[in-house]
Amino acid sequence: MSNTKTYWKGLPQLTNDPEFVKHADKEFVEPGKNEDLGHSRRDFLRMMGFSMAAVSLAACEAPIRKAIPYANKPEDVDPGIPNYYASTYINGGDYCSIVVKTREGRPIKVDGNGLSGVTKGGTSAQVEASVLSLYDNYRLRGPKAGDKSTDWQTLDSEVIAKLAEIAAQGGQIRIVSNTVLSPSTKAVIERFKAKYPTAQHVQYDQASTYGMLKANEESFGTAFIPSYDFSKAKTIVSIAADFIGTWVSPIEFTKQYAATREVSAEKPEMSRHYQFESILSLTGANADYRTAIKPSEEGTVAAQIYNILASKAGAASLAAPANPIEHVEKAANELWANRGKALVVAGSNDKAIQVIVNAINTLLDSYGNTIDASRPVNFRQGNDEQMGAFINEVTGGKIGAVIFYGCNPVYDHPKGAELGAALKNVALSVSTSSTEDETASASAYKAPDHHYLESWNDAEPKKGMYSLSQPAITKIFRTRQAQESLLVWGGNGQADYFEFVKENWKNWFYGKAGNGMDFQSFWDKCLYDGVLEFPAEPVSLTFKGDLNAAAATLSSAQAGGYELVIYESYGVGNGSQANNPLLQELPDPITKAVWDHYVTISISDAGKLGINNDAEGRTQKLTLTVGNQKVTVPALVQPGQKQGTMGIALGYGRTKVGKVAEGIGVNAYPLIGMANGSLSYAVAGVKAEKTDENFQIAQTQIHQTYMGRTNVIQESTLEEFKENPKEWLEKSAKITDWEKKVDPSAVSLWKGHDYKNHHWGMAIDLNTCTGCGACVVACNVENNVAMVGKEEVINRREMHWLRIDRYYSSASDAPMNSKELEQAAENPEVVFQPMLCQHCNNAPCETVCPVAATTHSSEGLNQMTYNRCIGTRYCANNCPYKVRRFNWFKYHHNQQFYQANPAMNTELGRMVLNPEVTVRSRGVMEKCSFCVQRIQTGKLNAKKERRPLKDGEVITACQAACSSGAIVFGDMNDENSRISQLLDISKPEERPYGIDKKIGNPRAYRVLEEIGVKPNIFYLTKVRNKDREKKAV
Amino acid sequence: MQVTSAIREPLITGGKTVHDVSEDISRQVEGKPSTLWKMAFGISAVLFAYGFYCVCVLLWEGVGVWGLNKTVGWAWDITNFVWWVGIGHAGTLISAILLLFRQKWRMSINRAAEAMTIFAVICAATFPLAHMGRLWLGFYWALPLPNTFGSLWVNFNSPLLWDVFAISTYFTVSLVFWYIGLIPDFAVIRDRAVRSGHKVRATIYNALSFGWDGAAKTWMRYESVALILAGLSTPLVLSVHTIVSFDFATSIVPGWHTTIFPPYFVAGAIFSGFAMVLTLLLITRKVFKLEDYITIYHIELMNIVIIITGSIVGIAYITEFFIAWYGQVPAEKYAFINRATGPYWWAYWSMMTCNVISPQLFWFKKLRTNIAATFVLSIIVNIGMWFERFVIIVTSIHRDYLPSSWSMFYPTMYDVGEYIFTFGLFFTAFFLFAKFFPVINMAEVKSIVKSSSEKKH
Repeated sequence: MSNTKTYWKGLPQLTNDPEFVKHADKEFVEPGKNEDLGHSRRDFLRMMGFSMAAVSLAACEAPIRKAIPYANKPEDVDPGIPNYYASTYINGGDYCSIVVKTREGRPIKVDGNGLSGVTKGGTSAQVEASVLSLYDNYRLRGPKAGDKSTDWQTLDSEVIAKLAEIAAQGGQIRIVSNTVLSPSTKAVIERFKAKYPTAQHVQYDQASTYGMLKANEESFGTAFIPSYDFSKAKTIVSIAADFIGTWVSPIEFTKQYAATREVSAEKPEMSRHYQFESILSLTGANADYRTAIKPSEEGTVAAQIYNILASKAGAASLAAPANPIEHVEKAANELWANRGKALVVAGSNDKAIQVIVNAINTLLDSYGNTIDASRPVNFRQGNDEQMGAFINEVTGGKIGAVIFYGCNPVYDHPKGAELGAALKNVALSVSTSSTEDETASASAYKAPDHHYLESWNDAEPKKGMYSLSQPAITKIFRTRQAQESLLVWGGNGQADYFEFVKENWKNWFYGKAGNGMDFQSFWDKCLYDGVLEFPAEPVSLTFKGDLNAAAATLSSAQAGGYELVIYESYGVGNGSQANNPLLQELPDPITKAVWDHYVTISISDAGKLGINNDAEGRTQKLTLTVGNQKVTVPALVQPGQKQGTMGIALGYGRTKVGKVAEGIGVNAYPLIGMANGSLSYAVAGVKAEKTDENFQIAQTQIHQTYMGRTNVIQESTLEEFKENPKEWLEKSAKITDWEKKVDPSAVSLWKGHDYKNHHWGMAIDLNTCTGCGACVVACNVENNVAMVGKEEVINRREMHWLRIDRYYSSASDAPMNSKELEQAAENPEVVFQPMLCQHCNNAPCETVCPVAATTHSSEGLNQMTYNRCIGTRYCANNCPYKVRRFNWFKYHHNQQFYQANPAMNTELGRMVLNPEVTVRSRGVMEKCSFCVQRIQTGKLNAKKERRPLKDGEVITACQAACSSGAIVFGDMNDENSRISQLLDISKPEERPYGIDKKIGNPRAYRVLEEIGVKPNIFYLTKVRNKDREKKAV
Repeated sequence: MQVTSAIREPLITGGKTVHDVSEDISRQVEGKPSTLWKMAFGISAVLFAYGFYCVCVLLWEGVGVWGLNKTVGWAWDITNFVWWVGIGHAGTLISAILLLFRQKWRMSINRAAEAMTIFAVICAATFPLAHMGRLWLGFYWALPLPNTFGSLWVNFNSPLLWDVFAISTYFTVSLVFWYIGLIPDFAVIRDRAVRSGHKVRATIYNALSFGWDGAAKTWMRYESVALILAGLSTPLVLSVHTIVSFDFATSIVPGWHTTIFPPYFVAGAIFSGFAMVLTLLLITRKVFKLEDYITIYHIELMNIVIIITGSIVGIAYITEFFIAWYGQVPAEKYAFINRATGPYWWAYWSMMTCNVISPQLFWFKKLRTNIAATFVLSIIVNIGMWFERFVIIVTSIHRDYLPSSWSMFYPTMYDVGEYIFTFGLFFTAFFLFAKFFPVINMAEVKSIVKSSSEKKH
């Protein structure tokens, strides 16, 4: 049956509607033209995706921080590339030739200038810290008349008018300053004096050596201080002269001294240093033989040494007390044996002692050998008598006008309080201090000087040795250079001190040293080098002092009371830089105290006075009565302090000083006495009474001994070293292999890292390290290390990446238990050990970090990635050297740390931060990076010039700051590098892996060798030049 | 299959019937809270609130509000962490190992012990979190998550990372185990609610019981899961504290670097855990009148575990000292001399007294069956175990290799506050649990009631 039936879907199909036929093969109906929705599903998804992304992007927009490019880029300033300028640090008589590092026009770091014949590239803590003083919030913003701000024209017209009026009446005019090193400044003052004939220039020093000047005048006819050369001395005897710490020219002396303390297997020779002193000074801490004496015995020591030498030389002896003092005879005999290679110095400001010391040095033939009289130094020119007379004149109402040039006698002169009170009766008083300090506050006019980094200047630290200062930044505030002020007031119109200095140099030196250059080239060269030095002219000296007269005036021990030694603080110095937190938080090299002022007392006196000074620094205050002066200060029990003596530091108790140093300690200047016409920094008959007031001194180290741990400190004596240089290596800890005992470094489960290119390492010589702390400040400045303030130091949270561990040890053969080992002896030996990240090859910190925030570089660095760190502190717990520092709080942009850390909490202070180093945030760990930013810069420079990196191109901040050259940093893969030479590095046969180096230097050891972390820092054994009978434990 | 010895003392006293069990346990959940409960809960909540304030200050200001310093980087934080983790261990031991060993006496205590484990682990976890300098990053950076930081990955060498895995595994397994055990009991409460017409309660407990139907097949699966989870938990009892001990054992700090730590820590954990279970159960027993379910026999058995583990811990302490002397490593030797005679001697001798001497009192049957003595000693043991961790952590690092860095640790109110926070958290959670969840495993306990045999007397 055929089926012709048709099945149709709808009428259109049945009727074969053309519209239907057209779309018949399409399964779905397509929308007509007018029905077009416009968007497909894909479009929808696309748009939704876009809007989601746009919304979320808009929500996470970062805040915009504007960086404004140079509209006109200054020549020589490339963003990101530092510029260096040679300049000179001058603070009163303290001098250092420096190189200033600036970034985008901001000075951020000060290094030593190696071209200087005086400081030879060395610096000190104060020099390193001075860059922050430039950005001190307490600096005056502009001139002031009374309490009101004014402008320079008004100030000038008023000052000139008053000066003219006073001069017309014949009133006395005085310019008061500390030692002026600058010949141009002196010329300015001469001009001023020429204009006002009644004007006189009075110089004084906070740490006066007027007694020495007078003694030399008496002994040799001229008042001068000679150059000393410790590097030529085999026997050094110092009678209370802290020549490494504060005395005359410590940067220079440190360098010279260190040269005599370097010992190697090839040169097993070193100087022997005797120190006779009352407080344990930095110099005393470095001495081979240290005898604690009372200040009143200093003359006795000098006279006894003289007598022994005189008897050998056949000269007449002096009348001297015969009480035996330990080591005097031994020292004198050695001095005599080393005539021509011996040096005796005394720190006393008593003319009589200095005359005897001059006589000793004459007998020892020191002049022309270890003492260079042809290069008299200008560091201390202060005249105590003149200054005393000036103050009497002021209080007597005899002075019409006084201009204080860069000095602060109201604070730092013993009679400062009287002076301050009398100043309001003086018709015109002007201070050029750059801060509103005690003297500026008491003066009617404040004419603030530039900071030295903003100034032009010159200096003559030693006769015939000159240096230049140039501004590294344009003036920050409306200040004016004091010399310019003096020129203006001296009637020189709108003078330009820069032109003045240049003109002087043209007149004074261009002829002598021009060598056919045109003047501009000569000047540019001087400016580039920073220094200009002429050969010395020889002089001959004949001693003609009256020894018997000197001996007769020697002060003798007075009965009753304590003897008080007043010394300059190692941190804040004489107090002029007290508002600098870098110095306030620099641990005192000996006491390790920060932010605090205290009186040091001996262990036995503490018992007598009932002072209980525990390990945490908790103590009681003492009231000291000196004449009619009374001060109340906390007592700190100090090993090494002579019984019956006490020590108190200058530099504290500032009253007009700014937030940082507010309310710290008392002013010790008024306690200074007089002896033989000069200021005496040791006073007798001091009464001390314990008060009920408790106090806690903040110290960065609260445990004093190294507990006999020879894996931490290795000591030897020169004699032992000569006999067997490898003694320590043989005695060092061994570990057991299957069969035998081997060196710990010989066995490891790890192959270690392979350093194909560089292998950075460091060597630190415990013998030449004096413990001064310049490296600590340099490290803080270079690496933006936060200062945390006293409270946080008491909480043991200081942030220093580099610290100097100071350990006391005593010579004893008896085995001691752990409790006995904890106690320091009455007169201990001292050893300093700079401690920083050891950059272990098998670093225990690296394995424990859960997020791999601390890792090992291909060049041996242990690196810290701050932005990966989550702050578990496991690394710090597992660090055997305890060098890791945790950001317990947010130390920047935090009002809580405003006082302690202005460098991160004020707009002005932040200018000092090193842009190459991240400021760490709260909750992350930080530590020494071996100045990785410097390594990278060095490598990049070499790469740009398509050459291998040269040794010495990369130096760490601590190495650069170290005056004694104790720190050597370099590439241990480079056979010719200094560090490879020093350590005598070769490849070991037994473990030929990259990390393993065979060290040939018998003095080299690694701290905690036996735990196998294989640090990249090597220490060179401390060698003491002592006789055999005693042996350190 | 129920095999009961006729000689053995019944585990549940008071002639309870199966129905009595449901009644006694569910009553706590269904009834209004007692005044005693309200007081206890109130105190816990106050502690919690105060502690929470301290935690907020900590997170706002930084870890510096604690008393830690450059030398002592961990103190109360990790002490508390280890202490709480240790406490947790008893719960797992009771529910897993004792289940595998068919120790039926565990049935009336395992529920509370497991709850304790979970809350203790939560408390413990707050410390590694809070002690981080940057918690807001650390909580996820410490996990091996794929990320856009390039090839940045966690450090599998770090014991802290092992901790992350150990603790999170432990927490997950414990939580699942505990919850599965709760399901039949929730169903009981649901059924009772349905019967008594409490609609809301019925809905909630129905949801919590995942619609448990009580079918034989369901029971079979339930039993299998319980056994599997017990098998999974058993190694955890040993591994978690072993790994926690690696935080110390793998370091190079003298006093931490010790191979004895894993067994010593595990024993210590069980020791402190049992003590904590006792403390809690003695309170719960009193508050909820469960004397028939948690009997003197239970307490005595737990006290025996305390003697054993306490003695193991004591031997470990002595061994450490012996090895320090025998090894002749100067730093190690000093670390132990310093423990016993240094500035923290009091902590050391508190530990020795509480952990080694006091549990030995349980050799006397009179004492180990005495409720008051047990309660006091259980607290003393936990004080001792806290000191043990403090001694290990603080006295080891406060004086390690370089004497220049030696320092002391002084706790601040925030150290204490954070500890209080966890107590608040723990007890608040525990009291909420005790009120709203059946504190005793009804399903299991019903299998050991011997009502028929007792009724004969």
